[in-house]
Amino acid sequence: MTRATIDGNEAAASVAYRLNEVCCIYPITPSSTMAELADQWASSGRANVWGTVPTVVEMQSEGGAAGALHGALQGGALSTSFTSSQGLLLMIPNMYKIAGELTVAVLHVAARALATQGLSIFGDHSDVMAVRQTGFALLASASVQEAHDLALVAQAATLATRVPFVHFFDGFRTSHELNTIEMLSDDDLRALVPEDLVRAHRGRALSPERPFIRGTAQNPDVFFQARETVNPFYARVPGIVEDAMAQLGERTGRRMHIVDYSGHPEAERVIVAMGSGGETVRETVAWLTARGERVGVLQVRLYRPFPAHALVEAMPASVRRIAVLDRTKEPGSFGEPLFLDVLAALVEACEDDDERVMPKVSGGRYGLSSKEFTPGMVAGVFDELARERPRRRFTVGIVDDVSGTSLDYEAALDIEPSDTVRAVFFGLGADGTVGANKNTIKILGAEEDLHAQAYFVYDSKKSGSQTVSHLRFGPRRIQAPYLVQHASFVGCHKFSLLEQVDVLGRAAKGATLLLNCRHPADQVWDALPRVVQEQIVAKSINVYAIDADRIARDVGLAGRTNIVLQTCFFAISGVLPRELAIARIKEAITKTYGRRGTEVVEKNQAAVDRALAGMHRIEVPERVSSTRELLPLVPAGAPHFVRTVTAEMMAGRGDSLPVSALPVDGTYPTGTAAYEKRNISELVAVWDADQCIQCGNCSFVCPHSVIRSKHYDPAQLQDAPEGFRSAGLTAPGLPDSRYTLQVYVEDCTGCGLCVEACPVSAPGEPVHKAINLGPREPLLALERENVTFFETLPRSDRSRVDFGTVRGTQFLEPLFEFSGACTGCGETPYVKLLSQLFGDRLMVANATGCSSIYGGNLPTTPWTTDADGRGPAWSNSLFEDNAEFGLGFRLAADGHTALARRRVEELRDVLGADLVDAILDAPQLRESELHAQRDRVAELTRRLERLDGAPAVDDLLSVVEHLVRRSVWIVGGDGWAYDIGAGGLDHVLASGRNVNVLVLDTEVYSNTGGQASKSTPLGAVAKFASAGKTTQKKDIALQAIAYGNVYVARVAMGADPQQTLSAFREAEAYDGPSLVLAYSHCIAHGIDMRNGLDQQYRAVASGYWPLIRFDPLLRAAGGNPFLLDSPRPRISLADYTRRELRYRSLENTDPAEAERLHALAEQAVAQRWEVYENMATQAAHRFPPDARKDH
Amino acid sequence: MNLTTDYLGLALRNPLVASASPLSQTVDGVRRLADAGVGAVVLYSLFEEQVRREAEQNSRLVDAGADSYPEALSYFPDVAEEEPGPRRYLSLLERAVAAVDVPVIASLNGITAGGWVDYARAMEAAGAAALELNVYYLPGDAHVSGRDVEQRYVDVLARVKNTVTVPVAVKLSPYFSSTAEMALRLDESGADGLVLFNRFLQPDIDAETLAVDSSVTLSTPAESRLPRTWIALLSGRVRASLAATTGVESSADVVKYLLVGADVVMTASALLRHGPGYASVLLDGLSDWMRRKEYASVADMRGKLAVPVGTDESAHERGSYVSALQRANSAAYGPW
Repeated sequence: MTRATIDGNEAAASVAYRLNEVCCIYPITPSSTMAELADQWASSGRANVWGTVPTVVEMQSEGGAAGALHGALQGGALSTSFTSSQGLLLMIPNMYKIAGELTVAVLHVAARALATQGLSIFGDHSDVMAVRQTGFALLASASVQEAHDLALVAQAATLATRVPFVHFFDGFRTSHELNTIEMLSDDDLRALVPEDLVRAHRGRALSPERPFIRGTAQNPDVFFQARETVNPFYARVPGIVEDAMAQLGERTGRRMHIVDYSGHPEAERVIVAMGSGGETVRETVAWLTARGERVGVLQVRLYRPFPAHALVEAMPASVRRIAVLDRTKEPGSFGEPLFLDVLAALVEACEDDDERVMPKVSGGRYGLSSKEFTPGMVAGVFDELARERPRRRFTVGIVDDVSGTSLDYEAALDIEPSDTVRAVFFGLGADGTVGANKNTIKILGAEEDLHAQAYFVYDSKKSGSQTVSHLRFGPRRIQAPYLVQHASFVGCHKFSLLEQVDVLGRAAKGATLLLNCRHPADQVWDALPRVVQEQIVAKSINVYAIDADRIARDVGLAGRTNIVLQTCFFAISGVLPRELAIARIKEAITKTYGRRGTEVVEKNQAAVDRALAGMHRIEVPERVSSTRELLPLVPAGAPHFVRTVTAEMMAGRGDSLPVSALPVDGTYPTGTAAYEKRNISELVAVWDADQCIQCGNCSFVCPHSVIRSKHYDPAQLQDAPEGFRSAGLTAPGLPDSRYTLQVYVEDCTGCGLCVEACPVSAPGEPVHKAINLGPREPLLALERENVTFFETLPRSDRSRVDFGTVRGTQFLEPLFEFSGACTGCGETPYVKLLSQLFGDRLMVANATGCSSIYGGNLPTTPWTTDADGRGPAWSNSLFEDNAEFGLGFRLAADGHTALARRRVEELRDVLGADLVDAILDAPQLRESELHAQRDRVAELTRRLERLDGAPAVDDLLSVVEHLVRRSVWIVGGDGWAYDIGAGGLDHVLASGRNVNVLVLDTEVYSNTGGQASKSTPLGAVAKFASAGKTTQKKDIALQAIAYGNVYVARVAMGADPQQTLSAFREAEAYDGPSLVLAYSHCIAHGIDMRNGLDQQYRAVASGYWPLIRFDPLLRAAGGNPFLLDSPRPRISLADYTRRELRYRSLENTDPAEAERLHALAEQAVAQRWEVYENMATQAAHRFPPDARKDH
Repeated sequence: MNLTTDYLGLALRNPLVASASPLSQTVDGVRRLADAGVGAVVLYSLFEEQVRREAEQNSRLVDAGADSYPEALSYFPDVAEEEPGPRRYLSLLERAVAAVDVPVIASLNGITAGGWVDYARAMEAAGAAALELNVYYLPGDAHVSGRDVEQRYVDVLARVKNTVTVPVAVKLSPYFSSTAEMALRLDESGADGLVLFNRFLQPDIDAETLAVDSSVTLSTPAESRLPRTWIALLSGRVRASLAATTGVESSADVVKYLLVGADVVMTASALLRHGPGYASVLLDGLSDWMRRKEYASVADMRGKLAVPVGTDESAHERGSYVSALQRANSAAYGPW
């Protein structure tokens, strides 16, 4: 039997891939890995058990994947798909069809929460419960091993029953948990999947050789009866699944049932659960029964068709109290689905059997959105059942102080065997901690007699993010699907984390702490904050320290401390003999990095050798000596919500927030990112006032809005702190004004884009610019003061700012700031620009993706308000519907504007004709005009408020704000615009309505890790296109231009910021649909992000990304509406592409193909340039007209 | 007209060889060179250092952002981690060999003992007709002795010769205290050919931007005097083939190199300046000259102006120098 330490996604995909001929895929967290693996295996030519390489096809959405799946199944191919959450919802229509036609199929689902009051990528059963009515069978895996085994059982059962299956397991908890499992061989797979059944499936396929019709429209006469024909097929499912499980058990020794009971044979209290939570219950039950408790657990594996008989049979007759746990919520229902099913089954059983005693059954909810579910909670549920009158409905794992549903429990309950080693590691995403731990787990999992488990917790930021790794290993299979609570080893890979999170909270008594710190050994103790010292003393913790950063730097792996710290872990923890451990680490290094070249391997091995010598044990005194307290996470002056709720989430204590602390409808205050001073970069931007020419470029391109400019009267400097820098304003018109460019150093991510954008070099010092990167630490105190003072300086009057130049826009306040986007993000400068130009009247519909995550992921969000309290109103509906969602904003605004204008007209006499006419006739294009209109509307409001509350007056007051023109922007990435939302986007552009669309085009699905979209360029490598993309990028600019009434622009800030600015302003001013396609460099391009702007320049200079504007107003005026804004290609395409790993990597894997695709890409660039040049020289009448009335 | 020649034991249809340059970075480029008539193609040089640097850079880029954010634990498919360099080069070599009917010579610049050997072996396996060792080594360390530098060349050659069976040429530098002795040492150490010379791409500086300008300048005919002098001296004194490179602009330059004893004449600059098709212009010019001078074959003209074996080479060189000085002193300069 082959052992492997893999995650649940790989466990399931390994079987699914080997047992299918077609995989229709689409990325969605947390299932994407399954699709990615299938794609990779197919492109490397790996065959299924029948010797053919499955066809893997990426579709434009899960709806598309389901359609293709349905078709492939009708064509007789064994076909599958992998999905989660909203993706599964999009498959529902096809699922009814597939099931209705009794089609053999398995969908593998990493179960995930559905978006309701907020989106969640984490695991629960909301999605799979939403398909329980489709006719698909539902089979639940509770562990990584089961995800492997039941993937086979599902395939065997669907073939034998013709009922399609959803095979699911818990998103993240199982899909992303690494665990040591026993792998099924191809022979195992073949044994359970008889070829005659495969051939029978093929035999049912559509074929012109033996034609029939399937998918008829049926009438009242027969539809009902036809619907009932399938009953016998469903009736057979439980038995056949049971048989397949038995067969699997015989071959592997792993025995399972569709419903499994374990616990006391005469249990009185039983919990019924499904999924990974069932494992936790089972382990806790074993612990409790060993202590004399009469408790048990029923683990449900087959949920649909519901195995009522098996469930009742499995339940000991002695049971008097039952809690049925659901990992989903159905507001307004009588109870959650598993609970209702169990209840109904028991009621019927008791009705049919007078002997049977009906137990009391309670329904509980747990674990929504990967909320922890621990042995303590299980014990809490049993305690509740032991009460005289257990609650009929409850929740466990939260504090519900609103409806009182939550149970109390003992959080610290520890049931794990003492020979299980438990370790937690705190690190940063960038430092390789997770990667090293994955290696550790694979090393240990490969040792005979050792089992390993790892689970990783990441935060919601894409830059400077924290990671916590939870590792277990021991002599038995590890069945503990919850975070480590009592760690014997704690690694803190970044010293400053001690001040931000409770690193030692999970440390057991007598644990070992390994600290990465630059302090010499004799100074480490004194450097610790008081609370940390207290925990060390109280828990008798052994402390070791090492300066891993220095060692990593010395061996040429600056910033990558992982191998150094991993070596220390092995040396201290003693899980393997030291020599063996070192040998294993080195082997793992060769395996992991071997393909990346000998240099990489050698450096990592050097790090191992250096680590042991650099580690020191720290003497721990008996008493706490530090007086250093942790700094408050948010300032005392922050709003109440931020102090009491946001700050708790920031501190990692969000789990303790009670229900009453949270908004009831998902409405949160904006502007909270400003309170989270993350200090993630050691290097920050530093302004050189003497060199600066005040061009505004740095501020324009800053992805994190940390570079702000103001000009002001010199008198304002009277109260300036010492060290506050300023220079004479160079802009004409205000000769005596001072200018300050302030860097918000605590928010700066050190990306360096500002330095790259700076056009100035100091005389005699070519590398010194007017803005440079310098160490943060020495500047921190001073710049904190400076920022505070800077914020007291008056903002420029928007109506006097020159909106038309980059230089002018630096004085516009960004209303999007300090987002958690990647360091040097290519999208956020555009988003920030939107907020600067139109922020106080901006409504943003944001497609799901990177921009919805850095724009709207709790705890803190970057959209904010100006001094008047106005700012962008932002919402995210879904991934697929964003254009439509934004159009809805427009329709509501237009309707209310029309209503307001009508009411104003009606009230003309009482409001004053002058004011009314001024309001109704006001032009609202320039900022000064908008400003004047705001004043008029304020005056109007004052007058309305003085009037008695006539219905028309109140009505007008409720919509009066719509008299100021709103700016509706529909924002999303290329995955949305080119793929899943393309149909909607097309329709909205065709609507003729005044909406503006901003496509942040990274040319891949960035948020889910770089899968190809239809925007991915020819020849680039991406996930789902690992052999290189072989189709051209879709030209949606030309598609939109074809309508004639759509304003279209293609921009690249790094190539021509002025053109970007013009395009944004023209798009917004245009009274009709606008489409702006913005080149957004991305971490998924495989570039040093600091070179992002340079790559934008090269994309344009090579002709790959021609800058264009298409303005229908020009055509209306008789001119050529198509402007080609960039000059003819002046560098080779290779000079752009060779600098990006996405292109380069194909040269390594398939050089001939890379050469072929590159040549085609060159041709494509030339051809497109020719088309554009032609368009740019055509007469107006050669373009389609704007056919709308009054335009 | 018989243009055939022998280089490294390979029978070439003519003595014009395209030397390592960007023109040979694609199969199409190699094909165009062959179509233009060159006798052999030396592929662009594989730099071990560059391969290693690129591998490291790719590794860093793959790691950037990985394992940080739960929805995107990586940003590239596994294939992006493949070690770059050799594979790309070897694939080009393989395809180039299949695409043209003239010998394709691989060029290698290693930095480690392992690198020289491994890459040389792989190049042979990929079908290289011969190897050219591009020992581009600039001893920046003032404490390295001249003998050590020389030994480095000999060691590299010995290592590669022990590894492969195809012929091996060494492209060497002119900057030895005794260039001829160095050439003899390499000859004795088994070099099948000597390529004279490697041009060190000495960077310039920009006084305006205060930056280093590392751009490459193409060679000019004036630079051909140095290699020509040494070829004239070595001709007939070494067993190894002699390849002349640097400063070929017209067919006259090709003729001159052959007259002093070169077995082949290599050019990159002329082809880069005028395009691969220019090879045929050079060859036509060579044929025309031979017709005019009534040489029936390249063998007949080769070495006609080499320093005859048996002369006192030092006296010959000194004599040339003195006469050059005399001419320089008596030349007319100005008016200024």
